[in-house]
Amino acid sequence: MLIDLIDPYSLKKEEKMQWLSKILKELTEHHYNNCIEYKKILDAFDISLNDINNYTDIPFLPVRLFKEFKLASVADDNLIKTLTSSGTTSSQVSKIYLDRITSGLQTKVLIKIVSDFIGKSRFPMIILDTSAVIKDRKMFSARGAGIIGFSIFAREKIFAFDENMQLDIEGLRNFLQKYSGQTILLFGFTFMIWQYFYKEIVKADIDLSNGILIHGGGWKKLIDTAVNPEIFKQSLKTACGISRIHDYYGMVEQTGTIYVECEYGHMHASVFSDVCIRRAKDFSIANIGERGLIEVVSSLPYSYPGHILLTEDEGIIFGEDDCPCGRYGKYFKIFGRINNAEIRGCSDTYE
Amino acid sequence: MDNAKKYLKIFVDVLEVAEDKVLNLNYRDVPAWDSVGHMTLIAEIESEFDVMLDTEEIIDFNSFEKGKEILSNNYGVEF
Repeated sequence: MLIDLIDPYSLKKEEKMQWLSKILKELTEHHYNNCIEYKKILDAFDISLNDINNYTDIPFLPVRLFKEFKLASVADDNLIKTLTSSGTTSSQVSKIYLDRITSGLQTKVLIKIVSDFIGKSRFPMIILDTSAVIKDRKMFSARGAGIIGFSIFAREKIFAFDENMQLDIEGLRNFLQKYSGQTILLFGFTFMIWQYFYKEIVKADIDLSNGILIHGGGWKKLIDTAVNPEIFKQSLKTACGISRIHDYYGMVEQTGTIYVECEYGHMHASVFSDVCIRRAKDFSIANIGERGLIEVVSSLPYSYPGHILLTEDEGIIFGEDDCPCGRYGKYFKIFGRINNAEIRGCSDTYE
Repeated sequence: MDNAKKYLKIFVDVLEVAEDKVLNLNYRDVPAWDSVGHMTLIAEIESEFDVMLDTEEIIDFNSFEKGKEILSNNYGVEF
């Protein structure tokens, strides 16, 4: 499976639908022929590949299937690593099996997408987490995978927390002094930043006004704390002067094709993936501006049949190709997990 | 030590592979050359040759030979 690494926000609606549908159809065929469980599912829908015009015609799998079954579409010999959701809220974790092709594509596409927001050069980087999360190199949690993926943007990086989750204020000061006047990249998980970083940084006199913060992992653990994206941004800005903050939406089941928040506060779908909103009552496709369940499709999953998934998150699409930031593609907002969905472990927990 | 020797030594030290195996080595041929090992390797090369690769060069750097090519073509390192 070869994907042209074109500019991530360069295709308009019709062109993108064609480009993505072609890739997703090929992927569907590949998974149908190489993953027996996937074949059974598709056969049950009585779908013929010839009847598929757009990717929206291809049945979606519920994300939780990856917790219950080992789903892979390449021989075991070709698998090089397994990604897992951390699963602290449930005993079962999603397991995503990666081969060289898929893993390589994930890194390349992640870089393409993030570079559109921060450029191709590398920065002094502060990981707002502990190095303890990347100890096992063969078995990564979503948190570890995110950190390793984003580390490519670092020319030198430090972890802000020690192994006991204590903020290393001295280390931060020295690092910021060494790179004084330069742009600093910060990366971390939303929940960790709010629960561990913010409450310490607000007490310390540290200036991060040269910083760009990229964070993801979701807001569901923060529901009880009354923080929302606006308060999050404003509080961090007040605490340490940081004003360039990009949230992103992504999941371990579709690593690489993340959705990054633009300067106008909208999440953007790149050409390598897409979102569509489905109505919970009958799974029909909702209109722009209508709230519903988020389906995510990605052109990357080759080693496992995770190219078309229904999440348990709710969202709303604001528009397509006409965000004031100039990027083509759909732009949207996430509301978080639907009520009564299984409580799901994710990447944003501190174990 | 000349550049070719320095370059080779970094691979041997970081990835802990024998010298005779390094010349044809590709990314992921040995367990130590995984995504984490790759970033360590890049960091060592950058500090030894006083260069800084951009993100796309780091991705293109997928073999011992390719790395040499990037260093000589884009940064004028002579081997």
